[in-house]
Formats: sequence, C-alpha cells, structure tokens
Amino acid sequence: MQKYLTGLLGWVDDRFPLTANWKAHLSEYYAPRNFNFWYFFGSLALLVLVLQIVTGIFLTMNYKPDAELAFASVEYIMRDVSWGWLIRYMHSTGASMFFVVVYLHMFRGLIYGSYRNPRELIWLFGVGIFLALMGEAFFGYLLPWGQMSYWGAQVIINLFTSIPFVGPDISLWLRGDYMVSDATLNRFFAFHVIALPLVLLGLVAAHIIALHEVGSNNPDGVEIKKHKDPETGIPLDGIPFHPYYTVKDIVGVSVFLIVFSAIIFFAPEMGGYFLEANNFIPADPLKTPSHIAPVWYFTPYYSILRAVPPIMNSQFPGVAAMGLSVVIFALLPWLDRSPVKSIRYRGPIYKVWLALFVVSFLILGYLGTEPSNVWGVFEPSTLIVGGADRATVVARIFTAVYFLFFILMPWYTSIDKTKPVPERVTG
Amino acid sequence: MKKVLLLVGLLLPALVMANESVRLDHAPIDPNNQASLQRGARTFVNYCLSCHSAAYMRYNRLKDIGLSDAEIKSNLMFAGEKVGDTMIVTMPKRDAKSWFGATPPDLSVQARAYANGPDWLYSYLRGFYRDETRPTGWNNTVYDKVAMPHVLWQLQGEQILKVQKAVDEHGNEVEKHTLVLTKPGALEPAQYDAMVADLVNYLVFMGEPAKGLRLQLGLIVILFLGLLFIVAYYLKKEFWKDIH
Repeated sequence: MQKYLTGLLGWVDDRFPLTANWKAHLSEYYAPRNFNFWYFFGSLALLVLVLQIVTGIFLTMNYKPDAELAFASVEYIMRDVSWGWLIRYMHSTGASMFFVVVYLHMFRGLIYGSYRNPRELIWLFGVGIFLALMGEAFFGYLLPWGQMSYWGAQVIINLFTSIPFVGPDISLWLRGDYMVSDATLNRFFAFHVIALPLVLLGLVAAHIIALHEVGSNNPDGVEIKKHKDPETGIPLDGIPFHPYYTVKDIVGVSVFLIVFSAIIFFAPEMGGYFLEANNFIPADPLKTPSHIAPVWYFTPYYSILRAVPPIMNSQFPGVAAMGLSVVIFALLPWLDRSPVKSIRYRGPIYKVWLALFVVSFLILGYLGTEPSNVWGVFEPSTLIVGGADRATVVARIFTAVYFLFFILMPWYTSIDKTKPVPERVTG
Repeated sequence: MKKVLLLVGLLLPALVMANESVRLDHAPIDPNNQASLQRGARTFVNYCLSCHSAAYMRYNRLKDIGLSDAEIKSNLMFAGEKVGDTMIVTMPKRDAKSWFGATPPDLSVQARAYANGPDWLYSYLRGFYRDETRPTGWNNTVYDKVAMPHVLWQLQGEQILKVQKAVDEHGNEVEKHTLVLTKPGALEPAQYDAMVADLVNYLVFMGEPAKGLRLQLGLIVILFLGLLFIVAYYLKKEFWKDIH
C-alpha cells in the first residue's frame, strides 16, 4: 500500500510541485518559536473566510435576489430549508466574527510592528483585504432586504452624492436607479457572491505568498533569519509551521468555535448588534426608520463621517474623512520611524498614543451605533460648545485623536526613547 | 442650507420620539409551555389571521407545539387550505389599505421586529383605549395613533386613558397616564392578560420556530467543542515538548 502511495506521490510530483509546496508553506516553512495569543487571528480569519464561502454557497441555493422575493426567501431558509436556520446564522454571525478576528489581527500588526520593512507589501495586501471585506459586508447587508438593509444602503450610496461635480452621477450609477431598488439588489448580489469573493481570495493568496517570502514577524520584532544554523540554513529560532503551529492553531480554532457557536445557538442577534430588530421588517421605501445606524463594524468610520461638520453646505469633507480613516492604515509602514518594531521595546510616548488610538476607536465605534443626541446637549450658556450635541463634540475630539495618531507618528516615534532589542527571540 | 434645515426639521421629531421610551410591561411567557402556545395559536387564527397574514408560517409547523395534522385541520383551519400551506389572508391588500389606512403587516416575524419584541407586543395588545378623535375610535399607549382597531375589545372591554397632573421627586410637573377599564369585557382583566400572554408566546414561537431546537443543540455542540479543545490542548502540549 505504502509503496503504491509513494509511487502515486512521485507521479504527481513529476507533474505538479505538491511535495515542494507542502514543504515550502508548511513542513519547512520556519516560523518564529515565540508566537503568542495575538498570532491566532490570522489562521482564524482564514477559517472564517472558508466558513463564509461554504455557508454562502448553500444560502445562494435558496436565496432569491429579487426585491419582491428576497425577504421571503430568507425566511424560507430560516423555516423550510433543512438546517437553513443554522447555515444562515453561521453566515450572519460569521460576518461579524470576520471583523472581530480581522480587527484583532490588525491590532497585532500594530503592536508588534508587523507592517515594517520588509513586510510593507504584506501589510498593503492586508489593507486591500480589509477594504474588500468592508465592501463584501456592505453588499451582503442589503441582501436580506429588511428595513435596515434598505436604508443603510440608501444612506451609504447617498454619501457618494456629496463628491463635487460627479457625485450624483456616481451614486446613480452605483444604484442603477434613482432609489435603492430591485436593480440595486441584483447588482449587489453579483458583487457579494462573485466579484468581491474573487478579489478577496486573490488578495489573501498574495498576502500569504508575500508572508512566506519574507517570513513572519514575532512579538519581539527581531528577524529570525539573521541567525541561521550554519549547516542546515534553518533559522535558529524558527520551528516548522507544521506540525507545531498547525497543532497550536487547532487549539485556537476550538476556542474560537466555542465562542462562535455560543453566539449562533444562544444569541444570534447578539442584542441587535449582529442582527438588528428593524431588519425583521421588510424593506419599505416609503417608511424611513427613526434611527439608521450601520452594523457595529462600520460605526467608528460612521462616527467620523458624522463628526466632521459640512463645509460650504457640502457633506464631502465628512465623506472624505471617513474614506481617509480607513485608507490611512496603508501608510503605516512609512509613518513609523521608530528604530524598533515591537511594543515591547518601544518607549512610553508610543504606548500612550496607541492607547489613545484604541480608546478613540472604541468610543467612536460606540457613538456610531447611537443617535447623535444620545448624551443630550450642552447648556446654551456653555463656552464654545453651548447648544451642541455632547456626543458630537466628543466624537469630534476623538476623530482628531484618531487622525493625530497617524499624522504625528513620524514625529513621536522618532523622539521616543526605546529599549535595546535582543539579538534573538525571547521566551 | 434650506434642504439641510428641512431635513433636520423632519428628522428631529423622529429622533426625539425614538428617545422617548414607553414603559413596557414584562411579558410573562414560557416557550416550553405547549398548552399556552396552543391557546395562543387558537387566538391567533381566530382574531389576527383575518387581517394579518403570517405568510412564512406553514400550518403544519404547529406540530412543533404538540398538535397533530388532524388537530390543526379541524381546529385551526377554516378556509379549506392544505395543512402544508402558509398562513395567508384572503383580504386584498388594496382593500385593507383603504379600510385601515395601512396594510396590516405580516406577523410571521413581528415578534423579532422590536428590540424588546415580546414585551412590546404584550403591552401593545393590552394598551388600547377609547379615543373618539381617531377614525377607528381607538388609540394605543404603546403605538400612538395606531391604524389598527381594538380587535379584542369584546374580550377586554373598553379602557380610557386618564391623564393626571402630578409632581415628581425633582419637583417637576409631570403627566401621569393610567388606563382605566370603563366597560368590562367578556374576560376578567387577569384572564385577558393571560390570554394576551399566550398569544405573545405563540407570536414569539412563530417568529423563529427552530429556536427550541437551536437552544437544545447549542449545549451539545458546545460540549463537543469543549472535548475537542481538551484533546487539542494536550496534543499541542505533546508536540511542543521538544520546543520548550
């Protein structure tokens, strides 16, 4: 038996680099030995991507991208399709969990300087993945054709209207109609099930190929390739990805699946954050909901949009700031001037700025889920801010902090005191 | 600028209204009480289904709450539908719109359409009061100026809304609203509340018929994953012995 299998493998290897790829990417891909908790989220993001694709394929078998039928077809899946409710909840929960793991994965990159030389391209592909993921989520959110789907899409597409000169034409072109309608639903379906998944898969492949070319960073931010075994050429602090990190990732996967299943089976709406109550009402173009908010993973940027005041009657500055707040991540490799990569060896100034950034992100995220009068208004007699919504003023302050984290980075990273970096990885 | 002002003017009342929370009564429902669900289903087909559809709900899904095909057919279906049909209404939408000013919404997922669905429905169905300024003669404490008339008035009787001026603990004058039963209905107030609770229980079931199975399965799935975690953890430990 063994003989035949080896024979078969040889036959394949003569025609396709199967063993060579297995070695290059798994059994002889040497990863630093000191990965910690933060290094689970890359493989988890890949897992969620696969889950979304597989559940998405099954949903597509019964979903109808038709304004008359879409809402009913989702309920059909929830009630009449065998295990349809499970597949749908996996997909809807998966969308939110995708952002959870991607945000944690990006935060890992921030704290350990994983975007720095020589990993700039990995980071850029990553930002591309993030953008594609946001598009994917936005297009997918319209498909259930509930009130929040409909009005969320209406609001976001209308943002493009504010672009000077060409705005109205662009939003008309995106919608395919003068309002969000069947035409919009059809094209969003096409984007969601084929266009963006292809882009995502391509970018993920590029992300991983680039990573395996230069090798992984680690919590110490030192290059393990600097110290290789003179005989074998294997990094002294590197261990083969398979079996060490495959077995380790299975532990991470099982913990993740416990959390994931707890949500799917016990709280699929997640208190209205994953599935909103309003989205159980079919889309009605004549009835605007009293409060329209995007899903939680978009709310930090939505807050920034609302925080920037209109200039000369144009909402464009807010829209531009929102776009910039997402794209600005791409500049990190060139904004960071610190001699060290990892937060372990950085000085206090960077740590304070990072903490401020995280706080801004969370507060903006919270405020984005609420109407802007959530904290009431300042007394009219208050200096400067009298009569303004408290939440809006707070959002403005944290929007400024959000951008200053990036804009001032070249300055504060170069003056910060750093600690000496060890030659080899620790722990 | 005018447009912006107009928009703000239009949106402002909506935002204020969204903030003004109506106090909801807690719905005393038990999804495991099949007798209650069955009573609720009966009330639903008798009183709601004449105007409201539940177009995603099949009659034979009522088997999930302990009814047989024969029982469903003889007790809950009146218009010669098949037991595998969904709960649709024969009232044309256009007629409904001209009679009530609005098409009665489909109730299949109504219990999930509010942040606090069960409590909302429970309070709403008990919150109708006489208001001669309304075309139907009815208004509602939870849903002001609602288009729906009080379908269950013969059971509940007639309530009026009493507005009293009172002073709260901060010394501000506030309006206190209380519902007072002026004409008793066929049911005692406690009986009526219990009937509404059964109905809400049913509406919640109908909103997600698979929920019972979901909760049951959840425990098994998580137990299995817990075992997987233990195995994975020790497997990892075994492999990593030569690293640490």
